[in-house]
Amino acid sequence: MSSLAVRKAEPAAGTTPGAAQGPPLRRRIALVPTLTLLIGALYTLLPVAWVVIASTKSGEELFSTFTFLPGSGFVDNLKDLSAYRDGVYWQWMGNSAFYAGCGALLSTVVSAFSGYALAIYRFRGRETMFNVLLAGVLMPPVILAVPQYLLLAQADLTDSYLSVLLPQILSPYGVYLARIYAQAAVPADVVEAGRMDGASEWRIFSRVALPMMVPGMVTVFLFQFVAIWNNFLLPYIMLSDDEKFPITLGLYTLLEQGANTPALYTLVITGAFLAVFPLIALFLVIQRFWSLDLLSGAVKS
Amino acid sequence: MTSARRKPYGVKGAPYAFLIPATVLFLVFFALPIGYAIWLSFRKVHVSGLGLGKGAREEVWAGLSNYTAALHDSELLHGALRVLGYGCIVVPVMLGLALLFALMLDSDKVRFTPFTRLAIFLPYAIPGVVAAMLWGFLYLPDVSPFYYVLDKLGLPQPDLLSGGPLYAALSNIAVWGGTGFNMIVIYTALQAIPAEVYEAAKLDGATPRQVALKIKIPMVAPSLVLTFFFSIIATLQVYNEPTTLKPLTNSVSTTWSPLMKVYRDAFGTNDIYAAAAQAVIIALATLLLSFGFLRAANRRQKQEAAR
Repeated sequence: MSSLAVRKAEPAAGTTPGAAQGPPLRRRIALVPTLTLLIGALYTLLPVAWVVIASTKSGEELFSTFTFLPGSGFVDNLKDLSAYRDGVYWQWMGNSAFYAGCGALLSTVVSAFSGYALAIYRFRGRETMFNVLLAGVLMPPVILAVPQYLLLAQADLTDSYLSVLLPQILSPYGVYLARIYAQAAVPADVVEAGRMDGASEWRIFSRVALPMMVPGMVTVFLFQFVAIWNNFLLPYIMLSDDEKFPITLGLYTLLEQGANTPALYTLVITGAFLAVFPLIALFLVIQRFWSLDLLSGAVKS
Repeated sequence: MTSARRKPYGVKGAPYAFLIPATVLFLVFFALPIGYAIWLSFRKVHVSGLGLGKGAREEVWAGLSNYTAALHDSELLHGALRVLGYGCIVVPVMLGLALLFALMLDSDKVRFTPFTRLAIFLPYAIPGVVAAMLWGFLYLPDVSPFYYVLDKLGLPQPDLLSGGPLYAALSNIAVWGGTGFNMIVIYTALQAIPAEVYEAAKLDGATPRQVALKIKIPMVAPSLVLTFFFSIIATLQVYNEPTTLKPLTNSVSTTWSPLMKVYRDAFGTNDIYAAAAQAVIIALATLLLSFGFLRAANRRQKQEAAR
């Protein structure tokens, strides 16, 4: 590339292929790609910026002042939200943290077990098992959630924390990622060497293979954390007691009530802002030492 | 595996032991519910007399009647058509933008990429329900900055939450939420292209545009096919966004999308048998469409390779 940059480019009129290089400024910054990406970022950040600003407005300011002008009511909004039904909002936040935290942790453990087994061992039915597990990705949530509800109702488990937690532990995508990571990160010789030393299969897995799989398992955990935190349909079907609602469902019920009473808009908006905040913070912190690329299953060996 | 003979005891059983938790969960929370849904779809309640008293309502075999009813159900059909129209907007726009952004991220001398990459990916971390709420407010004339600007400029102010614009409004939410994730998948594939390929193209004097069109896009075709496949599945199952916009407008009915109708029938009108049959039909249609697409894409790739 540097050898090409030395040549002075002739204006775009030239039909020679060398016309790709532009004037000096364009050589330092590629304008079109940079601008395209900045416009894209503007589009994605717009609603977030709006909710941040709108949450600072009092009910009156929300309808009277220009939308991108910060208001003065953030603290009051926060107080109102915390006072709403004796602080049920924070209960929803706590519930979401519980569902997503516990669910993702269990999911990661199950995925690590299965991914390791599918990657390292050769056994009868391995590919069949893998394909059957993967097929789970293709199942529409509703064809699962409705019968899951009916079956859990027979076990008297609906409207409980478990009814939201249990169905989300097995993640076909998590198993798939774990298998790819185990294949890439755990060399067969290491496992073999462990066996030669007389270590049990469990010991090899927990002491040797698992530490090697950690970066991949962080990805599975995050992926599943986001998936459970964002899930709406399952809790919507399973739960009726709003003390057990996750934040998505709680906010939805708040919106349902607030739609006809503009006075409740500020509560919904402040609630939405606070619900967006934890996951964004999580991503900002984590992306310092974790690459987004891992999410698509790319493993650099 | 030359070492197969030297495996100590326990190796044979170990993979099965490791797979026990996944297998149990799969059987209980995937296989059993699916089987139960299929079973229910062939059942119905037979009411004798006035339906009062014990034994007056009993579950009986229904044959295919739930399926014929579902296929003749105009509400379900209209829902399916709405979602097809919605999908025809969402999938091409979302993946077109994802591909565009991925190519731009991958080009030379582009600036601010850590920021723009993260910003475009950000909506992935935002629940679909909350995303629909944020946009829902931005669509409301009372609080939206768009309407404020339109008002100041004296331009007409369309109603975004009914009729044709409603499709655009709903599609926008899905595009906003899904572009970043797909961008990362495509970008990762772009990064995996070996540098020698570019060196050869540069020596031949190819422009960045030619490199993008003739080299990069064909080389990431497999991940494009994959993102298409999953986008089709996700789009046909749209539920959260229209449900969330429902309180804000009268134009979204309780049966706007097929999945909303399944929910309505299962829990609103308590006809779990009809709901089960509809759910099975939706699942089959989804699989048919998505795998049909995969087959068509594979055939095309083979043809291109044969050329």
